[in-house]
Amino acid sequence: MPRRPRSSSESRARCSGFPRARSISRGFEADDRMIINMGPQHPSTHGVLRIMLEIEGETVLRSKPVIGYLHTGMEKTAETLTYLQGTTNVTRMDYLSPLNNELVYCLAVEDLLGLELPERAIWIRMLMSELNRIASHVMWMATNGMDLGSTSMMIFGFRDREMVLAFFEKVTGLRMNNNYMRPGGVAADLPDGWEDDVSAIVDTIERRVEEYHELLTGQPIFRKRVVGVGIIKPEEAIALSATGPILRSTGVAWDLRRSMPYLAYDQVDFDVVVGTVGDTWDRYMVRINEILQSIRIVRQVVERMPSGPYRAQDPKVTPPPRARIDESMEALIHHFKLYTEGIRVPAGETYAAIESPRGEIGCYLVSDGSARPYRMHIRGPSFANLQSLPVMLRGALIADAIAITSSVDPVMGEVDR
Amino acid sequence: MSGVVRHVAREDWLETAEGLRADGFVMLADLTCVDYLEGVREDLPEEVVRERFEVVAVLRRMDPPAMVRLRAQVPDDDPVIDSLWSVYPGVEAFEREVFDLFGIHFRGHPDLSRILMPEDWEGHPLRKDYGVGRVAVQFKEVRRHR
Repeated sequence: MPRRPRSSSESRARCSGFPRARSISRGFEADDRMIINMGPQHPSTHGVLRIMLEIEGETVLRSKPVIGYLHTGMEKTAETLTYLQGTTNVTRMDYLSPLNNELVYCLAVEDLLGLELPERAIWIRMLMSELNRIASHVMWMATNGMDLGSTSMMIFGFRDREMVLAFFEKVTGLRMNNNYMRPGGVAADLPDGWEDDVSAIVDTIERRVEEYHELLTGQPIFRKRVVGVGIIKPEEAIALSATGPILRSTGVAWDLRRSMPYLAYDQVDFDVVVGTVGDTWDRYMVRINEILQSIRIVRQVVERMPSGPYRAQDPKVTPPPRARIDESMEALIHHFKLYTEGIRVPAGETYAAIESPRGEIGCYLVSDGSARPYRMHIRGPSFANLQSLPVMLRGALIADAIAITSSVDPVMGEVDR
Repeated sequence: MSGVVRHVAREDWLETAEGLRADGFVMLADLTCVDYLEGVREDLPEEVVRERFEVVAVLRRMDPPAMVRLRAQVPDDDPVIDSLWSVYPGVEAFEREVFDLFGIHFRGHPDLSRILMPEDWEGHPLRKDYGVGRVAVQFKEVRRHR
């Protein structure tokens, strides 16, 4: 028996429970403003970020980032860990720049302790955080390439980041979540021949940046997708607390390494890279040029690395070397005290801030005099930077939304601390 | 590194921020809260009345670079303070976070809702009397019941 074609009234009756189906039948013109969700697991949102977009046709009218899918409770956990264990906690926040997270936490603890670091520890920290900045920016180049459809860039980026991670593994024992910087210095000295390794890395990456330029910078399709897209004005960026490449792309030369120097950044030469317009293209150029500036800093560190101890010689803070424990009762006691009880930090509160690859990362630390922080708060740069996303997205196309979100470079581990 | 610390009365919170903004402190770097339920505080000046909560804001001036940290006491029985949103729009997410995790209400905030925890969550996890508990996770209890 041939099947009877279904009448239109019957099909409408079947869909009556779905208001959206009815509005589609009324035609596109009548109801063309709608709200769609990008994410939480969209490949271009760099983690579990959901963006609610109100669109008309293909134009974004309003948008709202929704976070909180990854809430890890870092700040609550920190209250239960000692200061020495604290670095294992904070290093997991921003998985693309773990060493910067450790650095800001250590600076806050050392500020409360009133501890002076030996020169070598300061320069080792500077070397590691700059290498981390290179790795993070290269990783951003990779994911940004992937979002804009350049698979080659993704492969290039991962390949080049691997060199830095291999060096991290040699120094710290781990590729990520290093737990290398500790209050009072660093965990271990640099391995023999580190100068050659580092020089090989920066020489290679400097050459590879030329490849990125060849692949993306001059390429007409790439330029069409980023030039003039997602513009943010300098006063808007400052008002919305945006920092890092977003703020610098608008032409504001604000870099904590230069404005409020920490470590030994006032002793090395580098330029603060700024853009002019504040569009996605400027944010791309700021990051690619920051890789070159970091290479410049790393070269100076290799040349001028001072010798001496790599951690503070204070038995109340630094565990004694293993060999000393066999010969000295004092060393054994200090070792035992440090690993059972932890460092006692004088009561007080402080706020330390550094320039991470994504902007200002700050650590607000309150101590009540015991061996555990009373309160630890991290000001995540991505958390603040996401607020400027609706401003950049207003009036953009959906395809641009991908490019713009990517140019913010959010890392969700840090947003949902 | 820490910058200048200023203790501000809760009533003068917004006014102080407006004055600082006029002085060139154009950027709000951070806003957070501390629950001093069980903590000791020796560093408070004499004239400041100690309360359970303390809201802390970090403001920055860009030229010349400077940093100031504002601290305001907020009592337990009336956890309300003015929102800085009209002066620093970038405070929006920070104030929502403090509302979510400490239960402090910001008067004048455009959209004070939970940001990290689910909308129907009860309590404010970063308060000191809120324990580190466990949430039932799907599939996790399977082995126990088998």
